[in-house]
Amino acid sequence: MSENQRIIEIEVLRYNPETDKEPSKQVFDVPFTDDMSVLQGVQYIKDYLDGSLSFRWSCRMAICGSCGMMINGEPSLSCETFLRDYYPARVRVEALAHFPIEKDLVINMEGFIEKLESIQPYIIPKEARTLAQGEYLQTPAQLASYEQFSSCINCMLCYAACPQFGLNSDFIGPAAMALLHRYNIDSRDAGKGERMELVNSEEGVFNCTAVGYCSEVCPKHVDPANAVNQNKTNSAADYFMRFLTPKGGAK
Amino acid sequence: MNKRRPYVRPMAGWWRKNPFFVEYMIHEGTALFVAAYALILLTGLVYLSRGEAAWNVWLEGLKNPWYIAFHWLALAAVSYHTYTWFKIMPRTMPPVIVGGKRLPDMAITGGGLAVATTACLALLGLVWGIAR
Repeated sequence: MSENQRIIEIEVLRYNPETDKEPSKQVFDVPFTDDMSVLQGVQYIKDYLDGSLSFRWSCRMAICGSCGMMINGEPSLSCETFLRDYYPARVRVEALAHFPIEKDLVINMEGFIEKLESIQPYIIPKEARTLAQGEYLQTPAQLASYEQFSSCINCMLCYAACPQFGLNSDFIGPAAMALLHRYNIDSRDAGKGERMELVNSEEGVFNCTAVGYCSEVCPKHVDPANAVNQNKTNSAADYFMRFLTPKGGAK
Repeated sequence: MNKRRPYVRPMAGWWRKNPFFVEYMIHEGTALFVAAYALILLTGLVYLSRGEAAWNVWLEGLKNPWYIAFHWLALAAVSYHTYTWFKIMPRTMPPVIVGGKRLPDMAITGGGLAVATTACLALLGLVWGIAR
C-alpha cells in the first residue's frame, strides 16, 4: 500500500432476494487513491471484501449508462463520481431510486425498456424511400434542433430523480419522453400523430409537475424536463386541434 | 421456482430526502399565498359592490396589524414564487433562437424577472398616482 493511500468507508444498501425480507446497510473499509471513482471502490469490495456484491457497469467513462447509483442520495454515474470528494466522510451507495431492487445495486429495468419500445424510437417516414432513391437528407440546422435530445445514454438517472415516476411507475418518464420528442421534431420523421397518443395518455406528460431535478442530474445535458414540458404545450395544442380539423391532431 | 423477488422501496417522506425536493415543496407551497391573496382581493371586490360604507369597513379591516404582517409574509412568499417560476421557465419552453444562436437560460430567466419587476413597479406607480 502506497503512502498516499487512505481508507474510506463505503456504506452499501444490500439486498439478497433469496434470504432478505428487505434491504439493509453494510459498511466496508476501502483503501483508495485520489484517482479512484466510486465504481472502482465498489469493484474493490467485490474483488477483495465480498464477492457476492452485485452491480452493473461496463465502460468506466460515462458513455454506456450502466453504472448509475444513488450516491449520498443523488442519482449519479458511479464511474464519474470520485471517492476523494467524500473523504473523510462515509459515502453511501444505493440502487437507483424509484426502481425495484433486483439484488444489491442492480435494479429491474424492464419497465423502462418497455417504455423505450412504446415510443417507437425510430424514424417513421412519410413516404418510404427505396435504396436507389438514396438517404434522407437533413441540413445542419435541422440536425441541431433535436441533437441534444439524441444524446441520451439510457442511464435512468432522470427516473431516479423524478418523484412523480416514484409515485406512479406507469408515467412514461423523462428519458423516454426526450427520445419521443427527438423523433417527433426530426425533419425526416412523420410519426408524430402516432406518438402523440402516448403523450396525451394517462401515462403521458401531465404526470410531470416540473420538479426539474431530472435535467439537473442528467450526465449528458439532454434536459429531459424541457422535452416533457414542451410536449405539455404540444398536447394541449393537439387537444384543441381536434375541434379545428376533422381528424384532430393525434390519430 | 423463480428466485426473483424485486424489492420496491417505499416513497413515504420522499420530499425530505433531497434538498432539491425540499426547495421544490417550498416553491410549490408559496403558491398557496398567491391563492390566498387572490381571495383577499376578491373579498374586497365583493365589499366594493355593496357600496361605499361596506368598502370602508373592508379598508379599515386591512389596517389590523395581523393583516399587515400577513401582507409582508405574502409579499416575501410571492416574490420567492416569482423567482422560482422564472428560474424553471427555460425548461418549459421551446428554444429561443436569436441571430442563429440559442438564447441562454440565464437570459430567459433574467428577462422574465425584469419584466415582472417592471410590471410590478408600473402598477405600484399607477395605483399610487390614483390614490394620491
